[in-house]
Amino acid sequence: MQSLLDQLIESTSWLQGLPVGLVYAAGMVIACNLVLVYASALAGETVWLERRVSGRMQARIGPNRVGPQGLLQFLADGLKLLGKEDIVPKTADKPIFLIAPIIVFVGAFAAFAVVPFGHYLVAADMNVGIFLVLSLTSIEVVGIIMAGWASNSKWAILGAMREVAQMVSYELPLGLAALSIVVLAGTMNLSEIVYQQEGWFWNWYVFRGPFAFVAFFAFFVSALAALKRAPFDLPEAESELVAGFHTEYTGFRFAVFFLAEYAAMILFSMVTAILFLGGWSPGFDIDLSGPLSRWIGALILFGKTIALLFVMIWVRWTLPRFRIDRVMYLCYKVLLPVSVVCVVGMAIQVLLAMTVFGGRANAFGTWLMGGG
Amino acid sequence: MSSLAALPELSELIPDLLFFIFAGVAIVAAMAAAVAPKIVHAAFGLMATFFMVAALYAMLGADFVALAQVIVYVGGILVLLVFGVLLTARTEIKLGVERGSTKTFAVLAGGLLFLVLLLAIGGTTFPTPEKPAEPEPTTADIGRAFLDPDGMLIPFELASVLLLAALVGAAYLARRRRSDA
Repeated sequence: MQSLLDQLIESTSWLQGLPVGLVYAAGMVIACNLVLVYASALAGETVWLERRVSGRMQARIGPNRVGPQGLLQFLADGLKLLGKEDIVPKTADKPIFLIAPIIVFVGAFAAFAVVPFGHYLVAADMNVGIFLVLSLTSIEVVGIIMAGWASNSKWAILGAMREVAQMVSYELPLGLAALSIVVLAGTMNLSEIVYQQEGWFWNWYVFRGPFAFVAFFAFFVSALAALKRAPFDLPEAESELVAGFHTEYTGFRFAVFFLAEYAAMILFSMVTAILFLGGWSPGFDIDLSGPLSRWIGALILFGKTIALLFVMIWVRWTLPRFRIDRVMYLCYKVLLPVSVVCVVGMAIQVLLAMTVFGGRANAFGTWLMGGG
Repeated sequence: MSSLAALPELSELIPDLLFFIFAGVAIVAAMAAAVAPKIVHAAFGLMATFFMVAALYAMLGADFVALAQVIVYVGGILVLLVFGVLLTARTEIKLGVERGSTKTFAVLAGGLLFLVLLLAIGGTTFPTPEKPAEPEPTTADIGRAFLDPDGMLIPFELASVLLLAALVGAAYLARRRRSDA
């Protein structure tokens, strides 16, 4: 972002009269807002995608009336929800009940600031990128507990408790699977991680050795659970808990929860694509760093995101819900050991690449050790 | 352009302004955590304090520490705290001291601590460079310090052994209860 702004300042005369800090600050605010708009629109369209895909899977059509193929359905739904009454239950804890959706929204959307959409197309190019994504998504849990507790309803509180148990548990394999990629890349900066995967598709981190390959699946499954997507949708299991933690919410506050859920899906799809599937790199050797071609990169990342979103939707409408003890079993006895093995194995792989395979001196050593 | 001339000063004020916002909210939230009548409100006050302290870390250029603060304190400790409260949600928990004598002792102890801190902070000279250095990435340095035998290796390993012991103890306790039932 900073380099992009520097280019802009150099080429525009009236910007040079302004203090640099102010231009940076304004540029950041504008960039973050653009990312927010992009993520919100994408979240809305993901709702449409989910409804259309599930319709197709159940041999029906799904929403196809508003706009071409029903693409504008989310605008109609959003307007409808805006017009609904904002009800606060009488026994609810009012301030916390009102703040909870905002916290969930922030937790889901703030992390988009560090997602690199293409060369230099990142709102905040932070050195702790992936760590920021993981820590900000843990904020979402706090918002969900607030919602569940403040609603003062048994459905909501049960949903919130399940969500907490599930999220706190699945954060561990999620973080460890991401850590094995950090070991390989030698950095937590998401842009840097993508630069290292440019070139042919065997440079993608998912293909660099068995540990990265397993870590990819561990990460994706943990992400599904952390997102409370089916088959891990116990926190809002419709057939048992009405709607879980957001049972008591109506109107726009409900819409915010709904949007945040889909935004978090998009975030994790993007992060999976960036960590394992080469981010904006198309899979063959091509330079996408030009001022126009970097937007092609953004389009490629968009395609990969949609593909992963489709897998999430596909899984949801194919598999039945897990029982809670099976969810915990899968986390602590399957995914956690597997991801620990991935981290240790990855460390050994990088060490072997440095010592036995000659490190950066030959192509195989470089491929095996990534940027580590 | 006359209005633009005042802008450099304004943009220099932004960090100070942010500091006072973060510090102010941290203090108010910490007070809310101490005096809120409902325990859940106290927990959420504590959360706001954690966030603001993380923001202060970030302002000091300690990006890794700031995020570790969020992921450990907000995502871990606070969530477990509130989870514990949720299990007892139906019982009204009143915070605060009831008896007069306890209250006197509490005020005395609090006042003494405040005095000691005031003297300690007042007696320390903090090094303040004229121009703050450009923040540098800290993650790699923290990692190296943890693995450096002359650095933090031994405290780090001791802490991890302690945590492992706590983990084994927790697993043992959970296991015992089940076999008794």
